[in-house]
Parts: sequence; C-alpha cells; structure tokens
Amino acid sequence: MTTRRVRRRIPVLLLVPALLGLAVLVVPLAGLLVETPWTRLWPRLASAEVWPALRLSLWCATLATGICLVLGVPLAWLLARADVPGRSLLRALVTVPLVLPPVVGGVALLLVFGRRGLIGQYLDAWFGVSLPFTTAGVVVAEAFVAMPFLVVAVEGALRAADPRFEEAAETLGASGWYTFRRVTLPSVAPAVLAGTVLCWARALGEFGATITFAGNFPGETTTMPLAVYLALESDPEAAIVLSVVLLTVSVAVLAGMRDRWVRRAA
Amino acid sequence: MGEAGGVTLDADLRLDRPGGFRLDLRLRVAPGEVVTLLGPNGAGKSTTLRAIAGLAPLTGGRISMSSQDWDVPPRRFTPPRDRGVGVVFQEYRLFPHMSVRENVAFGLRARGVDRHAARRRADEWLDVVGLRDHSGHRPHRLSGGQAQRAALARALATTPEVLLLDEPLAALDVSTRARVRAELSRHLARFGGATLLVSHDPLDAMTLADRLVIVEDGREVQSGTPVEVATRPRTDYVARLVGLNLLGGNATGDSVDLAGGGRLVPADPVRGPVWLAFPPSAVVLHATEPHGSARNHWPVTVTGIEQHGNTVRLHLEGRPTVLADVTPAAVAELRLAPGTALWAAVKATEIRAYPAEPGEGGMAGGAG
Amino acid sequence: MRSAIRCLVAAVFLLSACAAPSADSGGRITVFAAASLTEGFGELGELFEAANPGVTVEFAFAGSSTLAAQIRSGAPADVFAAASPVHLTTLVDAGLATAPAAFATNRLQIAVPPDNPAGISGLADLSDPDVVLAVCDPLVPCGAATETVFEIAGIAPEPDTRERDVKAVLTKVRLGEVDAGLVYRTDVHAAAGDVTGIEFPESAEAVNVYPIATLTDAPDPVTAAAFVDFVRSQTGRDVLAEAGFGTP
Repeated sequence: MTTRRVRRRIPVLLLVPALLGLAVLVVPLAGLLVETPWTRLWPRLASAEVWPALRLSLWCATLATGICLVLGVPLAWLLARADVPGRSLLRALVTVPLVLPPVVGGVALLLVFGRRGLIGQYLDAWFGVSLPFTTAGVVVAEAFVAMPFLVVAVEGALRAADPRFEEAAETLGASGWYTFRRVTLPSVAPAVLAGTVLCWARALGEFGATITFAGNFPGETTTMPLAVYLALESDPEAAIVLSVVLLTVSVAVLAGMRDRWVRRAA
Repeated sequence: MGEAGGVTLDADLRLDRPGGFRLDLRLRVAPGEVVTLLGPNGAGKSTTLRAIAGLAPLTGGRISMSSQDWDVPPRRFTPPRDRGVGVVFQEYRLFPHMSVRENVAFGLRARGVDRHAARRRADEWLDVVGLRDHSGHRPHRLSGGQAQRAALARALATTPEVLLLDEPLAALDVSTRARVRAELSRHLARFGGATLLVSHDPLDAMTLADRLVIVEDGREVQSGTPVEVATRPRTDYVARLVGLNLLGGNATGDSVDLAGGGRLVPADPVRGPVWLAFPPSAVVLHATEPHGSARNHWPVTVTGIEQHGNTVRLHLEGRPTVLADVTPAAVAELRLAPGTALWAAVKATEIRAYPAEPGEGGMAGGAG
Repeated sequence: MRSAIRCLVAAVFLLSACAAPSADSGGRITVFAAASLTEGFGELGELFEAANPGVTVEFAFAGSSTLAAQIRSGAPADVFAAASPVHLTTLVDAGLATAPAAFATNRLQIAVPPDNPAGISGLADLSDPDVVLAVCDPLVPCGAATETVFEIAGIAPEPDTRERDVKAVLTKVRLGEVDAGLVYRTDVHAAAGDVTGIEFPESAEAVNVYPIATLTDAPDPVTAAAFVDFVRSQTGRDVLAEAGFGTP
C-alpha cells in the first residue's frame, strides 16, 4: 500500500507576504556575505583582535542569560500568577527596556550604578565595587536589555499553562516552591528555552547600553558588536569580517541548541 | 491500607459563589465508609470535593477531621498540602512530564521522603493497582482505566485520611467501565479512611457507595443506602435515575389523592402525605376503558414515543401523567402515535407507597 | 480589503513625497557636518538664512566617517564639513567632492568634573593608574590625536575606556564616572561649566584641521558654494571662534 502525500496549497495571500517578510530578514544578510572579502578572510581573522572580543561576547552573553534566568523566571511567575496590586503597570514596566533606546538604557544604568549613581556610590564607598568599565558592567548592561525577552516569553506561557496540575500537586502535599520546580516549570520548559534563546541572542548583539555603561576596552569590555562599530569608523572591511564571525558563531550555537531540544522533545 | 483509619470527616459546608450559586451541605463520613454524592451537573458536587480538599475555601460553616479544624472561616484555613487528603480528579491530572512511577512517588517526595524510599513505595502501590509493568511509561501511554488506577495509586501513596474521587469513571468508555468499577470498588473496600466520591451516574454511585447523598442545587435532597434510595426515591431527579414513576399525594382512607390531580389506590395501607412509586413497565394500556381487576385506571393521551432498549417508552399525559414501557408489538397493535387516546392501568400491588418526610412540602407531579 | 489597499497606496505616496528632494524650491541645501561642529554651525546656518532670504539650510550632524559613508552611498547632500582631512580626501579621490578648504582647527583639552576629584593639573597626571581615564578609541579621529599627544609627552597612561566618539568621553566626565577625559576644546566650551577644561602644551602638536567642500552631486551647487564661502568669511570665523575653534 502506498501512502499518497497530498500537498495542500498555500494561500497566495499568506505566501506572498511570508516570502516578502523572509526577504526583509535575509537579503541584508546576503548583502553582508556578498561584501565579505572571502580571499582575505583568513589573514584578517588571524591578525585581527577577533578572538578576545568573540570570547568576551560569548562569555558575557551567557553569563547575562544566566542572570536573566535566575531573576527573570521568578519575575515572570510573579507577573503571571501572584495577586500583586498594579500588575498591569508592573507588566508595562518590565517591557520598558524593549522600547528604550539602549543608549538611554546605558545612561540610566550609569545614573544608578555609576560611581556617583544612586546605588553605585554606596557600592563604591562600602565595598569598593565599581561596575562601569568592567566586564561585570557588560554583563549587567546585557542582562538589563535582554531580560524582558525572557520574562515576556515565560510569562505568556505561565498564563496559558493549566493550573489544574498545580492544584493536583498541592493536594499531594507539595509546597509552593516544590510545585513550581517539579510541575509548573517543566510545563513551561519550551517557553523558557525559547525565551533563553531570544535572551542570549539579544545579549550577544547588545551594543548601545554596553558601550554607554561599560565603556570600551579591549579584552575587558570590547564585545564583538563594539568591535564591529569601531572598526566601521576606520576599516569597513574589518567590520564586515567581524560581523560575519559573530553571525556564524551565533547561528551555529542557536541551531545546535535547537537541534538538541527538538531531539529531546521528540 | 488501613493505617490511616480512625477519624471521621465532619463537614458543614457553606460556600457562596459569585454567580449566585450557594452550597449548603452537611456531610459526615466515617472511617472505612464510602459516601457517594450523586446529583445532576452543576449541583455542587465537585465544589464540595474542592472545599474538602482545600482548593475552594468555605465562606461559612466548618470542615473538621475529628478534633482538627481544616476550614473554619474566617478564623482557620488549613492549606491543601497540610490536610491528609488524597484526590483522584475527574481527568486524573497525572503530570504529563513524569513517568507513572514518578507521579505516584510525587506526594512522598513532596513530603520529604528520600528518592529511593519514595520509589520503592511507589512501586509497591503500582503492584497493588497492577501497573508495575507501566511504571516507566509516561501517562499519555496509559489507557483510561490504567490512568485512573495510576491516579488512585498516586492519591493513596500519601496514606491520606480522606480519599476524594471526582467522577472517577466518567472518562472511561463503556467497555472498560464495568471492569474498572469493580477494581475501584475492591480498592475502596481496602482503604481504611473516609471516602467521598462524586458521580452523576446512578450505576457507579449505587455500586460504589455504602451511603448515597443526593445533591440538587447545592443541597441534600435525599440520603440513605443505595437500596433505600433506589426503592424509595423522593425527588423527580432520583426517580428518573432509578427509572420509576414517582407521584406525591395525600392518603385518605385506602386511596391517595395525587398532588397533580387524579387518584390511585396502593396495596399497602398508608396515611397522610405519601410518595407512590412504580416502574413504567407496570403500566398496562388498553384501547378502551378496562372492566376488570385493575382498580387503578384512567384516560391518557400519548405525548411522546421513544425507543428505550428493547422496549418503547411512552409519555402519557393524564391525571396522573406517567411513563409507560411497552413492547414494540403493543405499539403496532394499538397503533400508537402522539395524540392517541388510551386507558392506562396499574395494579395496586405494583405501587410502592411510603410516607413523605415531614417538611417536604413541594409534591412532585408525574415523573418524566 | 479594498480600503486596506487604498490605505497602502496612500501610505506609499506619502512616503515617496517625503523621500523626494524638493528640487524646485531654489535655495534649500543640506549640510553634512561633523558632530563637533553642532554648536558653531547651528548659529552659522541661522545667520546664512538671515542674509539670504528664501534659503533654507538643513544640517545632518554625525561622525565624519558615518557621513562620508552615507555620501558614498548617494545621500543627497550639498556640503560636507569633516572633522579631519582624511574623510574628505577619500571623497575627492572618488570624485564625489570638490577641492576642500580648511576652515577651522580644534585641539585637545583635558576635561575633568568641576570638583576635579583626582586633582588633575596636566597631561602627566593621567599616567597615575588610580586615575579613571576616558579617551577616544584610536580608530576615531580624537583617539588618534590622543595617541599623538601621549607619544609627544612621553607618557603611556592606561585608559579605563576607549569611547566611540568624543561626546561619549564628555558624557562620562559629566556624569563623574571618570576623573578625566581627553576631549576637544569646543566640547568643553559646549559643556558650559559642567566640566572644567585644562589646557596642555602638547595639544599644539596634534591640531585637528576641519576641511569643508561642496559635493559633486550637490542638488543646489550655487547655494552650496555660497554657504562654504560664508563659513570661511570673517563672520564665519568669529562665530566658530566663539564656539572654541581655532583658525587654520
């Protein structure tokens, strides 16, 4: 017996905008690849200060994502489930970093965590800790900008999740925390993973808040996007090479992660 | 597992819901007893279970287990996790991301039992319910009956003092239902604590209960052993469930004046407000007025005809209005159709008469 | 559906109306100018409009390299005033700009917060590793000038950050995040008291010369040439001197 595969026709009204949308996303990327000096790529990679910046970028984005997970998932839970007053206002506040120009975010971070900032002055005076111009500052700036992506993704899933399983856990003697850890969190795991990917990608590409808050110093705060921007000032070809490296690494990491999850889910 | 026995659930449930629904129900369940709440959808059965489990706080009244108060608004509220209850939900609610064994061990792990001990006890419970071979499977691989047993094992594994079951058989198809019902009955018999079960299916309720509590509109309308309820219904709802014509009336002399009009003579001597009950099959039809032994006969009009198993159920309007079960042959012979005028007759010996309880004012008319 | 299409069509027309250069209005020029010229050029533009009724001057201020890149990509500009000769030279080589003329100079100053927390008095103080120092990245013009003065002074300070442009350095000083930053005189001038400027002799060895030129594809070459002349006139020099620029 042969299985006949009936191909459903895709409505044109969906197909055309979908392809246009794809073009909007992919064509600029293609432009970048066309402009890439492939023949001189290797010497450029070998000579340029690509690797410290790349290492720093991956390290900071991962650390920032870790912070976002630890703080963002409970925050999402609070927004989705807890009976807090002014929840819609809180929800709006959480998404502020999404609309705020990152440079403004960076200035805001300076005003709070800077040497003379609201909190920063005490950090400096009491503990001798100063975040600006340090790798820690980069992580803070990236976490600030990237956290909303995780929170929004997880909160949506939590609100859609079936609370009946939590009830069942409660009748079985589970505490709120145990229920969250064993029942709620696994049920929104796909959203947490998707949010983590978005968060990591956003952190990896972060530029404005980072350069404003953490400054730019090779090996310490110069992440790939900063290196790309500065190279663009004097040597556009170098900037393209750096961009291609950043793109390649991030696409490889994201595709790799997705594969693993898909396999696990199956 | 009789280790949890010895305490009685005593609940005086009062719960107002925003929609205007009001639950007002008094329940006592002794250790080892299985009480079944039977009632139509929306009667407040599930709300009762949720209140006892602690998932729906009372707005008045009290729930206590022996001397321990669980819910005494507004002073005291024990959260679900600190009540010794096990719940089998209607749709079972097995955690989909855990194996069957992990599901059963969940309550023990949540209460701090270490992993190995919890697994061992979960396996013991899976042996009890015959699911040991499925312990590593995810719940979605279980059949309906297996999932129900897994949910039961999960609830019992925490050795609760009270077991609550919400429509435990409703999700099963007819072919497995009888077998699962028998198994459930066996497990409930071994459970030493108080069991409260909710059902809207009379067969499930009758077979699983030591005592039935009939709930309508948030209130108890009748309670008793399954036999009592089945033979002496006191509301139209129960009468329909057990398949009897139920007529209320007032007995004077040897006949009963029916509330809805008409008069019947039962064989048993009775006095005062009474209920009369007889099966639809006891109604005999005649094309013309019978002249014979039957003292109870009256003119009726056919208002409805429907196939009911191997017989045909007729809705007969008259004084009183009743249901009658006849053979398809009789339908053909009498040329029955809506509007057909007939004579109905019931032998006095077929009519069960019993006193209506004091305070039960609203007399029911004809059943159906 | 039909109204949606109509809306779409209207939107496209509106967009194209915005994008189309209004060539018919004789006397509207677009000047691309280095960010550091913001203060001086704003006033010059107003004076030029007052002296030539009917003429409008529009400015686009940004980093010189960004502007050069936009011109190479066909941005419709009439005049380009850059912060260093190099950016204009490449455009001239590409046939996109006419011969440039120097019209202003700028030199570095040390900017410190008004309370001068690190007690900076000269370039040598910047070598102290405890001093939190911001400079421009060597890849941008002010950073290159900074490297030069350090070299001349024979010092090798360790900056805490290499900012993407001179305004970013100024911001860090303003917010008190750094003890000192190397910026242009005009930036200190523009900060109007928020920072204190400290002169140092080595800055004379790294004077930044600002060139200006009309562009080959200028939509309005006549007005463009008039504006260039105006910038180089005595009035122009006075206004720029007021903003802290030097004369070439």
